[in-house]
Amino acid sequence: MYIYDQYDQALVDQRVAQFRDQTRRFLAGELSEEEFRPLRLMNGLYIQRWAPMLRVSIPYGLLSSEQLRRLARIARTYDKGYGHFTTRQNIQYNWPALEKVPDILAELAEVQMHAIQTSGNCIRNISSDHLAGVADDEIEDPRPYCEIIRQWATLHPEFSYLPRKFKIAVSGSQKDRAATQVHDIGLQLVRNEQGEVGFEVLVGGGLGRTPIIGAVIRKFLPKRHLLSYLEAILRVYNLYGRRDNLYKSRIKILVKSLGPEIFAKQVEQEWEYLRDDAALTLENADIERMQQFFTLPDYDANAADDTRHEQQREEDPNFARWLAHNVLPHKQRGYRAVFVSLKAPGRAPGDMTDEQMEAVAELADRFSFGEARVSHTQNLVLADVRQADLYELWQALKAQGLATPNIGTVTDMICCPGLDFCSLANAGSIGIAEQINEKFDDLDYLYDLGPVRINMSGCMNACGHHHVAHIGILGVDKKGVEYYQITLGGTSGNDAALGDRVGPAVGKDEVADIIGRILKVYAEHREEGEPFLDTYRRIGLTPFKERIYA
Amino acid sequence: MRKIIKDGAIVEDSWIHVADDAALPAEGDIIVSWTRWQQEPDTLLKRNGRLGVQATGDVAPEDLAADRDKFSLIALEFPAFKDGRCYSHARLLRDRYGYRGELRAVGDVLRDQLFYMHRVGFNAFEVREDRDPEQALQALKDFDVIYQAAADVHEPVWRRRRSA
Ligand code: SF4
Repeated sequence: MYIYDQYDQALVDQRVAQFRDQTRRFLAGELSEEEFRPLRLMNGLYIQRWAPMLRVSIPYGLLSSEQLRRLARIARTYDKGYGHFTTRQNIQYNWPALEKVPDILAELAEVQMHAIQTSGNCIRNISSDHLAGVADDEIEDPRPYCEIIRQWATLHPEFSYLPRKFKIAVSGSQKDRAATQVHDIGLQLVRNEQGEVGFEVLVGGGLGRTPIIGAVIRKFLPKRHLLSYLEAILRVYNLYGRRDNLYKSRIKILVKSLGPEIFAKQVEQEWEYLRDDAALTLENADIERMQQFFTLPDYDANAADDTRHEQQREEDPNFARWLAHNVLPHKQRGYRAVFVSLKAPGRAPGDMTDEQMEAVAELADRFSFGEARVSHTQNLVLADVRQADLYELWQALKAQGLATPNIGTVTDMICCPGLDFCSLANAGSIGIAEQINEKFDDLDYLYDLGPVRINMSGCMNACGHHHVAHIGILGVDKKGVEYYQITLGGTSGNDAALGDRVGPAVGKDEVADIIGRILKVYAEHREEGEPFLDTYRRIGLTPFKERIYA
Repeated sequence: MRKIIKDGAIVEDSWIHVADDAALPAEGDIIVSWTRWQQEPDTLLKRNGRLGVQATGDVAPEDLAADRDKFSLIALEFPAFKDGRCYSHARLLRDRYGYRGELRAVGDVLRDQLFYMHRVGFNAFEVREDRDPEQALQALKDFDVIYQAAADVHEPVWRRRRSA
């Protein structure tokens, strides 16, 4: 993984000092709340329903065991002993004291972490594929490019007061696991006809109040021009994005109002001036230098010879279930990528205690070259596990409540913090997750249903990505009462689509029951081996609607 | 006289802001609005003293740039510090159009934005009147490392690393 040099370290250290002084001035009354607001936001600090919330950046979701241990220590020392992993691969703490935040940032800087630009109208954490580097459908590892972009975007003087927040995702695989089509900019590594690798550039995707699928504005961008092209897009947005209306200020609205072709033309015009700027051009050596941080670990060449896990699978049906659902194939023979499920019944989706974080850090050291990843589905991944170690790893995860064999099923829900924490929420989401967990406690039934993605947001800001779920749940407020709007048929994969609204919102107590009815309709209509999404696309909304409002 | 930050130091401001409806002073360096410049360029060019123009983010940088030889000073106005358009305007004026005169930030100019403003090419700052310019000046020293090139530093960190 990327290791800071003196420049990176000096920058985060100086950032801590800067924020320490800003916090001091705010507490001394020298800075107004209005002036302090964007400063704290650019360091990830919100003021929430009950307390401040601190969002810590996990660049492209990658963590060393040392960093994970530090996150655990922060949870224990400055919070109530847990943290919440988000759909953008970051972690949030819900209970830090404002005056302690500079200390937390200093703790982070010691392990090469920060909270820079995790909020505010600036370029946010660069997100990516949680299987980067180990997926067998990968064209190239996206992480070196993520890190290059991270550095370019960090404290960018021109793009720190944009009309609105700005999110970039990079995918290196054929299968899009990074939701690039619903980001402000999505970058997809592609190979052109000459066999050269570059980027397909998408712009203007996003969820929230006005969900839109991004449009391709350039089919092939040579790698060397990555930064000049990004700079051109951001400049056009900074100059022309709307600032008069909060709800119309994302780049997607600009792209939509101009039309993607005209927007693309403006970007290309701007790029003409920038493309030969040496300060924005990446030479091969720059890219290779970055790639050296993301080389393959020292794999055991004989890992495939040890097949004890097969015997163990025969003997232990619980292990067999976990293997079937939480463990993924790997491009290296004899290795697997393992999901650490943060979706145990009785816990808020994506939450993890300090003890669990420390346990996973330990397991990462023992079994996965000291690294862990955060997936945008709010689970962790140990990406490089020898097949012979799976049983031992499973037992250790199970002891921590981290081996619920439900990845990809109905109960592997994405869920935002909702009304329990978030001051913008219309309705609770954690309670709904609980309701669904209680209703669907029969794993065999879940396995029979196959892959079903349920995402839930507590308001139309859509932090829970409900639009791109097979079954989306959105909290709405009707005269002070919590209601839930259901959508069907969304996905953030290659065939990205926004879900269709089924009809009027339903009451809080009915949600799990209605999910049950939706799944029954699917089970009745599906053809042999047909997944939920395909059935929905084939039969449409009506049969579901009829049953929901019957 | 008002104190401003210029070229990294606190100085007395020798320029006078002239309102659109005020008479032009016979002598001295003046800053007028872009509107006034549009209305009476000849009068403004004929008087004794240097000329500066003040523009909001609504004035296109290419329009400003077209007349840049006439100005000794361009003041870009931040109606609220969150309005970031003029960061791009400043960079365009400096890097694309080669404007070398004084580039001054006016309006909601606060300590905590100064570092960025300086990096995109502003060399003078009228810090908001209720704030201490001395304190604001410290902001220019908040960081001594930067990643990306801008109007001030032309070598991004990845190029510095090439020689390492
Ligand atoms: S979707 Fe709404 S309720 Fe949920 S975290 Fe985002 S802003 Fe808060």
